[in-house]
Amino acid sequence: MTVLAEPQTAFVARHLTIRTRVASGRVPVRAVAVVLAGLLTLVVVFAWSIGTGDYVISIPDVLAVLAGNGDPAQEFVIEELRLPRAVVGLVVGASLGLSGALFQTFARNPLASPDMLGVTDGAAVGAVFVIVMGSSGGTLATGVNSLGVTSAALAGALLAAAGLYLLAWRRGIDGTRLVLVGVGLSAILTAAVSWMLSKAVIWDVPAALVWLSGSLVGRGWHEAMPAIWALVVLGPLALVLTATLRALQLGDDTARGLGVRLQLAQAGVLLVAVGLAAFAVSAAGPIDFVAFVVPQIALRLVGGSRPPLIASAVFGALLVLLADTVTRAVLPYELPVGVVTAILGAPYLLWLLIRTNRKVSA
Amino acid sequence: MTQALTHELDLPRLDRADAGPARLRAVGLSVGYGDHTVVKDLDLDLVDHAVTTVIGPNGCGKSTLLRALGRLLRPTDGHVLLDGKRIDKTPTKQVAARLALLPQSPTAPEGLVVRDLVARGRHPRQSWLRQWSADDERVVAETLAWTSMTELADRPIDQLSGGQRQRAWIAMALAQQTDLVLLDEPTTYLDLSHQIEVLDLVRTLNREHGRTVVMVLHDLNLAARYSDQMVAVRDGAIVAAGSPDEVITPELLREVFRLDARVIEDPVTGKPLVVPIGCVS
Repeated sequence: MTVLAEPQTAFVARHLTIRTRVASGRVPVRAVAVVLAGLLTLVVVFAWSIGTGDYVISIPDVLAVLAGNGDPAQEFVIEELRLPRAVVGLVVGASLGLSGALFQTFARNPLASPDMLGVTDGAAVGAVFVIVMGSSGGTLATGVNSLGVTSAALAGALLAAAGLYLLAWRRGIDGTRLVLVGVGLSAILTAAVSWMLSKAVIWDVPAALVWLSGSLVGRGWHEAMPAIWALVVLGPLALVLTATLRALQLGDDTARGLGVRLQLAQAGVLLVAVGLAAFAVSAAGPIDFVAFVVPQIALRLVGGSRPPLIASAVFGALLVLLADTVTRAVLPYELPVGVVTAILGAPYLLWLLIRTNRKVSA
Repeated sequence: MTQALTHELDLPRLDRADAGPARLRAVGLSVGYGDHTVVKDLDLDLVDHAVTTVIGPNGCGKSTLLRALGRLLRPTDGHVLLDGKRIDKTPTKQVAARLALLPQSPTAPEGLVVRDLVARGRHPRQSWLRQWSADDERVVAETLAWTSMTELADRPIDQLSGGQRQRAWIAMALAQQTDLVLLDEPTTYLDLSHQIEVLDLVRTLNREHGRTVVMVLHDLNLAARYSDQMVAVRDGAIVAAGSPDEVITPELLREVFRLDARVIEDPVTGKPLVVPIGCVS
């Protein structure tokens, strides 16, 4: 195997080229550095997240428990309470970041993300339906309850995505039409959630609202496992799609000229992106703006022409875990993590809209 | 322009009697959108190793024809044959290794630098394991040199002039290393000197690198100057095909473009030059 840094006249080597007899590839040096820095920060935040709270555990003790030889009381707190919650945060954040990067590259539009295009709202309709109908009594309630909030959210997200695809499809998927249809779909689904809340029995509403704001409170292995599996299966698929994404970015005709099977490629990218978002949202509720903001932040850190996939996953995980730990350990009272990410994300959305608007009118 | 003149001396032999069938052919080709047929029952053999330009008035079907030749549109009837095989039955990646195409006014994503755009032309030659072979690296470097883009290789496409941008896109199509290159109005939105810049590059592709070029152009005089073969299309059918001298005649201009014009000899190249008089009422 040879690893060579590309000879460059300018400044420093920009790409790390790796070649073996069967495989070859190159990555920008900056992307590698950014991802490594992100991972390192993630490890620190992860240890902090597990150690901090009402019952403080020092980092060496955290490591001892994770290595399997810690104090039994600490073991319980970590393995039953904090570790699963931190893992859910990690997996959900990574999935949302990755999903957003795929959506934005596909649509060639930074506004495209599962929370803007109705996928998340579909999950909300499913979850709120179960929470509200589940306590109504009668045979419907029994059926609805057996479905569970998590599965209902997953089903809602996938149905919304199917609707999005069918409504936006017209001899192919056009990025702009996808965004417009998605925004419309999102509005309809949000209205459906409001309608259900207005019809709900009053004591069900708080539970629905907590779910709607996106929270890691009380999330355990039961919620984590489906999302972990989704990330394990779909994450590598997303990476396999990298070359296709590079071609798709140049426009439909150019991509086809380069030998991309357009319909298959588009359906594949959307399926992976939707799957990641749907499983993430069903595990933790709609944690707003992660899928929307993180890919753009990662793009600005790494440089280049499209949101980087791995960096988006790493920074998504970092953002959700950090926001959750801050609200749990630093703020005077615990806020749902989705509220924190929304507070961070909303100004960014405004900035993006103003900037895009200026560019158009300039 | 002196460069353009020297190239007149080594015109490829276009008498096809001694050659086999053309690599790219349309046979009984009809193409349309929905119920509307744009190209009707058209037969065309694209001369190998020549520059062929399709001309015709707006909406005559010339872009549609080119898109069908590049398998971007599915024929409603008839076939496009690439190396004797139906192009729509050939795996698209195999087609992409033999035929490159550049759509009309393509747009590059913000922040994409020239080198990376050209590298994307290697897509048909890559697999998900083989993403950046030594060959890829060499071809991209050579292509940048041929198209005089080496100096600009690290500049974002959105910061280039119109002519440079079009050269970068042509370089991407070139990096595909195909014998056939289809260009859909490569000079649209360019001023005259940038049009010449792009067409000189197209000529280099053909004369020095042996590529067969098929393009659509609006400007008849530039088309006559830079083409070995011209195909005049009206209402989705071929009215005339042959060398510029054979195609560019006052009769044809009247019939195809409804233009009353004189055709004189271009004092620089000796090719036909159209001097419009007025529209045919």
